[in-house]
Amino acid sequence: MSTVVRTDRLTKDFSTGFWRPRPHRALDALTFDIPAGGVFGLLGPNGAGKSTTLKLLVGLLWPTSGTAELLGRPVGDPVAHQRLGFLPEHPTFYDQLSAEELLVYFAGLFGYSGPERHARATRVLDLVGLGADRRRPMRQYSKGMVQRVGLAQALVNDPKFVMLDEPMSGLDPIGRREVRELILRLRDEGRTVLFSSHILSDAELLCSRVGILNKGRLVASGTVAELAASAGEGGQGWEVVVTSLPAAAADRLAPRVRRVTSIAEGRYSIELGSDVRPEPLVAELTAAGAALVSVTTLRTTLEDAFLKAIGSADRGQKAEGTGQRAEGGGPQA
Amino acid sequence: MTARRIGLVAWHVFKESVRDRVLYAIGVFALLLVASSFLIGQITAGQDVKIIKDLGLATIELAGVLMTVFIGVGLVAREIERRSIHGLLAKPLPRWEFIVGKYLGLLLTITVNVAAMAAALYLMLAWMNWESPLNIRRSWDAPATDVRLLISVLLIYAELALLTAIALFFSTFSSSALWSVVFTVGLFIAGLESEDLRNFGDIVDAPIMARLVSAIGWVVPAFSAFDVKAQVVHGVHVPAAFVAHTLLYALLYILVALGAAVVVFSRREFK
Repeated sequence: MSTVVRTDRLTKDFSTGFWRPRPHRALDALTFDIPAGGVFGLLGPNGAGKSTTLKLLVGLLWPTSGTAELLGRPVGDPVAHQRLGFLPEHPTFYDQLSAEELLVYFAGLFGYSGPERHARATRVLDLVGLGADRRRPMRQYSKGMVQRVGLAQALVNDPKFVMLDEPMSGLDPIGRREVRELILRLRDEGRTVLFSSHILSDAELLCSRVGILNKGRLVASGTVAELAASAGEGGQGWEVVVTSLPAAAADRLAPRVRRVTSIAEGRYSIELGSDVRPEPLVAELTAAGAALVSVTTLRTTLEDAFLKAIGSADRGQKAEGTGQRAEGGGPQA
Repeated sequence: MTARRIGLVAWHVFKESVRDRVLYAIGVFALLLVASSFLIGQITAGQDVKIIKDLGLATIELAGVLMTVFIGVGLVAREIERRSIHGLLAKPLPRWEFIVGKYLGLLLTITVNVAAMAAALYLMLAWMNWESPLNIRRSWDAPATDVRLLISVLLIYAELALLTAIALFFSTFSSSALWSVVFTVGLFIAGLESEDLRNFGDIVDAPIMARLVSAIGWVVPAFSAFDVKAQVVHGVHVPAAFVAHTLLYALLYILVALGAAVVVFSRREFK
């Protein structure tokens, strides 16, 4: 199978307001494909429509219009769910049960026999680092432990496709690192992972492809490199960090560099464009009495691409709104 | 595969219910009631066995109703409220199987509890029988361990099975467990008064109102029909046809309530 997710103009409206319900468009004509293999990051600020997209794909919500396919089948088809793993946002389970009991129960829903269910539960709980606590009631678990149970239950059926809604939520730095390693491991095993996040550093480390959502619209998609390239040359170049920079030398630099910023402990960051070589500048600065700390290349990050995509989309919407007002709402003579 | 998945959901509900503190609270409450009936019986010469039977059956019914309302409503409503349903519905589990599994799971919990309470009642009555002299035993309307008590237990069980289906139905569409409790209890009370509601025209002189209330009386489940406690306690014969009709009525109403629960739940969205 070459595509695990395919959506065509997928749209979702929610009604808001009690007395006079009004539709609120949470997702607007989302059309995108996720090819099999690799890690796809669905990114966007809070309220962008990431969780709505995932819930539509799982069948927790029904689309207002448009269609979606999961693993080559219409959304909601149990055959697709047989090969799907899903971690909901802020997962909660059953306080009275232990993690092992929950996993055994869920494994049973996939049709595994008794011994196989126990074996799978033990394997995935070990995988997420809960092997020692698997028999404790889940009401005694911390938020991070519940998140790990959520990850374990998403993997209990050995899924081909794993959807993770904010998988790093509630985890400490060690837990986040472990989850990142787990996602990469799933990718290396040939599974496809779709995860939603607003933490761009995680996405940059993990994703082979990303889609950026803003206010329900897909505003950019592609590989991280493609998006970074589309963010423009402006982000590329060099960064020279020095200490003891004399004020006169700083003034002389101004016309040739992109910016000079005072950072902590008397250090200065000097950003150069990609058309300027750093060596002559370093020689000039050291001759003027500054001490060199580091020289690094600058590249456009996913964050730059993200901010550019969101910014362009917002400007586009504003212009659209202004245009509509100008067309329909102008003063009448 | 369908039966297996339903069985798994049901077993999970049973396991979760028997660990629920609410169940133990209701169990202690039931024990206290039964114990109090025994004490009341001690100070009411000649009437003790009737009081124990009466209070014992009432306790089975009341504890069952509390169990159904407070555990049954939470079965689906709490899953929605706490969002544990999100992970579950991503599994290859059709929604109708989820509803049927939940229902059967709670029914299993109620079966075990009703059976245990009925057994406790019979044990107490057997002890009364063994302890009482022959002349006292002869004064009783019916033997202490009268097998006809089981007719009342059976009808209480059918009543609880019906109430469970209704609780499940309400919990599929209300947004919080509290509303489900309110709706279920409200319908239960209306159902207990269904006979009076149907005959409302006899006591008021407002034809439209009388028809409306009477219609409500016919629509709400007739819980009063399941109450044969007084008859069995006094040894009055309960016709088999009546029992069969009442059971059939419960079965049909359960199927309708479960069908409605499945329809509502299948269309429901989970934000």
